[in-house]
Amino acid sequence: MLTKRIIPCLDVKDNRVVKGVNFLNLRDAGDAVELGARYSEEGADELVFLDITATIRSRKTIVELVEKVAQNVFIPFTVGGGISKADEIGLLLRSGADKCSVNTAAVSNPDLLKESAERFGSQCVVLAIDARRSRIRAGHWQVCVKAGSEPTEIDAVQWAVRAEKLGAGEILLTSMDADGTQSGYDIELTRAVAESVGIPVIASGGAGTLESLAEVLEKGKADAVLAASIFHYGTYTIKQVKDFLHQRGIPVRPI
Amino acid sequence: MLVIIDYGVGNVRSVTNAFRYIGSDITVSCNPAIIRKAAGLILPGVGASGYAMQRVTPIADIIKEQAAAGKPLLGICVGFQLLFDESHEMGVHRCLGLIKGKVIPIPQDGGLTIPHMGWNYVTFTPEMRLFKHMHEGRHFAFANSYYAQVNDPLTTTAYTEYGVLIAAAVEKGNIYGCQFHPEKSGTDGLQVLRNFVSICRERLSSC
Repeated sequence: MLTKRIIPCLDVKDNRVVKGVNFLNLRDAGDAVELGARYSEEGADELVFLDITATIRSRKTIVELVEKVAQNVFIPFTVGGGISKADEIGLLLRSGADKCSVNTAAVSNPDLLKESAERFGSQCVVLAIDARRSRIRAGHWQVCVKAGSEPTEIDAVQWAVRAEKLGAGEILLTSMDADGTQSGYDIELTRAVAESVGIPVIASGGAGTLESLAEVLEKGKADAVLAASIFHYGTYTIKQVKDFLHQRGIPVRPI
Repeated sequence: MLVIIDYGVGNVRSVTNAFRYIGSDITVSCNPAIIRKAAGLILPGVGASGYAMQRVTPIADIIKEQAAAGKPLLGICVGFQLLFDESHEMGVHRCLGLIKGKVIPIPQDGGLTIPHMGWNYVTFTPEMRLFKHMHEGRHFAFANSYYAQVNDPLTTTAYTEYGVLIAAAVEKGNIYGCQFHPEKSGTDGLQVLRNFVSICRERLSSC
């Protein structure tokens, strides 16, 4: 049986892993290479690396860092942040990434998803969506771009459906309202997207209690859970999470 | 020395990192002279098999020649799919034909998400050399939307289940293949690679 994946996320700024609350107030959480190796060793099912500075000037350093992290990561490794062209995906894949996530650039140029899927295969094209509850339309979420700083009029569920048609192989869905708060995932958002697409959905934003992880997998119908704060700050180990989910009857890869 | 065949498709770097980590002498090349000198060959690959086959065509004869000479060959993911007769991914493409069978889409009924993405449980038989030192089934990392239907009585097959039975790994003489990514399957995946290195070493010492 295919297991539910537990995915630690490294938000990287100036070569350091950082974590904020609602995308703001970043604080240091460690060294990217060390943390990557540790999570791979401790039984994480995948690793996500997001370059949150994502400026043109920092691109070269990021590629070098991705190379270093990848040398000690023997689980699937997704890299994202600031990717705007299919060529950059090619470069990151050659540097040791297994999948790449695109966000802002796919919103302004949806054909990027199509082109990337055709060149590298859907399995390595991840669409990252940063979504915020609409203050105008209840039960709707709006897509935000540029690291969450710019809200758009695009509906998150509709965007996910369109991205699947264009060739995205997976959705990395972050609730901006929940991110970094450790108060639980946005179950409703996750479920709305997961029920609308046929590709895997990774729930992100809000991981707090063990119960919250189980809930988004069960009620939110996510295929995987992404978490940062709870792992970086040592609230739980990967093993504790997996033991808990296993006892709840959720299939996980044993460590 | 083992050679990872670089034909411009796939996560060559990840495969190289894993072989280096387990201490193998590994080279990445598509040069026929170097491929002929190798103790064993690895055919990686991600993406669409039609495109991969198109890229591998210029060196297909060398791969077949080396396989026929008894050199251990390990296909990974799309590299594994290329070992079969044909693939039905975006049209019908003739592949290397080293193992009888064809590559077809995973049925989308039953509400399963496609790609088949993540860690799935693989069962194998004790005689499979890729799984030496593993006494029972294990989880390995998959990322595929197509799967191989093996139709070859000489091939031993390990399976995983995803709506249908999916060939997870095959062995036929000196031809080996994994649909999953051993280089991305943690400790157990690294053991599969170590086992392949041992297979290559044993052949060298018996030559």
